[in-house]
Amino acid sequence: MRLVLVGISHHHAPVELRERVALDREQASALAAELGEAVCLSTCNRTELYVVADDAEEAERLAVAALAELEPQVEPALYRLRDQAAALHLFRVAAGLDSLVPGEGEILGQVRTAYEAGTPGLVLDKVFRQALHAGRKVRAQTAIGESPASVSSAAAALAEQVFGDLAGCRIMLIGVGKVGDQAARSLRGRGAEVVLTANSKTDRGRLEEELARVDVVVSATTSTGYVLDAETVERARNGRQLLFIDLAVPRDLDPAIHELESCYLYDIDDLEAIVSETLAGRRGEATRAEAIVATEAEKFHAWHASLDVVPAIASLRAHAEEIREAELRKAEGVLGRLDDTQRRAVESMTAQIVNKLLHLPTVRMKQAAVSADGVIYAEAVRHLFGLGEDER
Amino acid sequence: MAELLFWPALLLYGEAAVGYFGDARRPGIAGRAATWGVRLGWLVQTALLSVQAAREDGFPWGTWAGSLNLFVWLVVGAYLIWGCRGAYRLLGLVVMPLAAALLVVARAGGGTTIGTRSHYSNLFLVLHVGLVLVAFAGFTLAAALSALYLWQERRLKRRVTTILRRPAPSLATLDRVAARTVVFSLPLLTLGIAVGIERLVQRGDRVDAVVVATCVTWAVWVAYLVLRLTGWSGRRAAYVALAGFVLVILVRLAFPVAHFT
Repeated sequence: MRLVLVGISHHHAPVELRERVALDREQASALAAELGEAVCLSTCNRTELYVVADDAEEAERLAVAALAELEPQVEPALYRLRDQAAALHLFRVAAGLDSLVPGEGEILGQVRTAYEAGTPGLVLDKVFRQALHAGRKVRAQTAIGESPASVSSAAAALAEQVFGDLAGCRIMLIGVGKVGDQAARSLRGRGAEVVLTANSKTDRGRLEEELARVDVVVSATTSTGYVLDAETVERARNGRQLLFIDLAVPRDLDPAIHELESCYLYDIDDLEAIVSETLAGRRGEATRAEAIVATEAEKFHAWHASLDVVPAIASLRAHAEEIREAELRKAEGVLGRLDDTQRRAVESMTAQIVNKLLHLPTVRMKQAAVSADGVIYAEAVRHLFGLGEDER
Repeated sequence: MAELLFWPALLLYGEAAVGYFGDARRPGIAGRAATWGVRLGWLVQTALLSVQAAREDGFPWGTWAGSLNLFVWLVVGAYLIWGCRGAYRLLGLVVMPLAAALLVVARAGGGTTIGTRSHYSNLFLVLHVGLVLVAFAGFTLAAALSALYLWQERRLKRRVTTILRRPAPSLATLDRVAARTVVFSLPLLTLGIAVGIERLVQRGDRVDAVVVATCVTWAVWVAYLVLRLTGWSGRRAAYVALAGFVLVILVRLAFPVAHFT
């Protein structure tokens, strides 16, 4: 049974192309069902079809046709991988190593959703379960997903560094643009509450009044002068600890605010420097993550390869068991005189002999399967022991 | 036996101290090894104290060196409550070198051996020494939390770009936990001092330098709490906590010998 992957991702295709083959959960589920044993993983960065079939060429042709039906121009941007390479790719995807931002956490949930919506059989079930395990392991054993990867999440993480749990933390948002909104959303996502949305024209008295109540000020206006200066902040904050996030260019907040005791001011450059540093850290962790993923992919490969020899091993063991039982029946005359304990001892001993004789050939066949000689060994075993000849 | 247990305890505390320095430079395996060093070292020191307790007829830590040994055990035990959590691991940078150094001092003074009984009654020693030492261990932890606060606050002020790469407790948490530790420890010190003074008055002994320094230490920690009530927190409170800790160390090390004879 061959594992085939056909897909398109942010590496080789622009968003204009990717969006035309993007599928929601129901569409992905329907497409997978159409292809037989298949899973369709569709996110904003990729659409991938994982198919298992005995004929890899045919499975690949069908998968390409299915995607081309959605968008004919997609074909040149498609990548095609098989077996071990396909599995390794899926493991890297689940671990976030193939993502636009290395280590991003959302992909693991998306892989799980795709697996649940697909029509997996023995192989896809195994490869997706192992990919999810690899993804979890990477996140548990490396720091690849721990630090923020965007300016807005860095702002929220800084707020947590100052105030701890952000539940109950109050935010003043000055400016109603997209950038400030993203930062506010990131803070709200961690439990903080926006108590005032203002702009550069909001009455200064109102701002001063609110400064005595809030914990975080996010500013992103298009004002050409400072919206808040250090003197105003010192006068209004009532000794409170405050975090200021200035996302505007030119800056909205007086840099002297940072010099005030228990006041911390981070502008867009500071936040970008932090993000750049954390991304560098993520890339460093990616090396460790790659090693984990490679080990897991190797385990899958060993299991997948062993499928070639499993029927031969099963036939060999069944054949040996038949012989053992036949010989025990022949000796029934002698064995009949034994009591139950002695009889069980003889049966156990013969079973042990069979197991010990077959243990090494079984292990060697599985090893040979990993190194691609599995089929030859399986044939040799069938030939040497005459397995399946009766059926013929 | 007690001697045999001293060396592994010291070795493990030393390993933890070095491990935490390694972890500060590059978070990962060094930090985990350090945490295990603290856990195992503390267990070994517990065994050491148990051997001392089993072999002595009375309270075995009545001497200044013996009480220092017990003090180290209490400090490391208090640290273990938080130190095993990843975010608080950095506390070990402050606590473990100090613990290792004080254990060496305790040994140099004979505090890790057997046969150094004090002539005071057991009940008095348990109450006085026990309460004061538990309180001092609490103050040491509060000071370590304050030191971590100042370090973290400095990084925020300097806008260190790696600030989010290492898990660390928030400033608010450090400030709050330090204050709670002091709130728990101060009544114990107050009781310990009261027991000591009561004994002093009964016997008509004179006030020595340790008694004076302990009372000053008590006053500093009372001031810490009073100042917090008046709005002091954060950096200023952390400096007061460090000043209180300097006095704790002074009381423990600078002039304790005369007090214990």
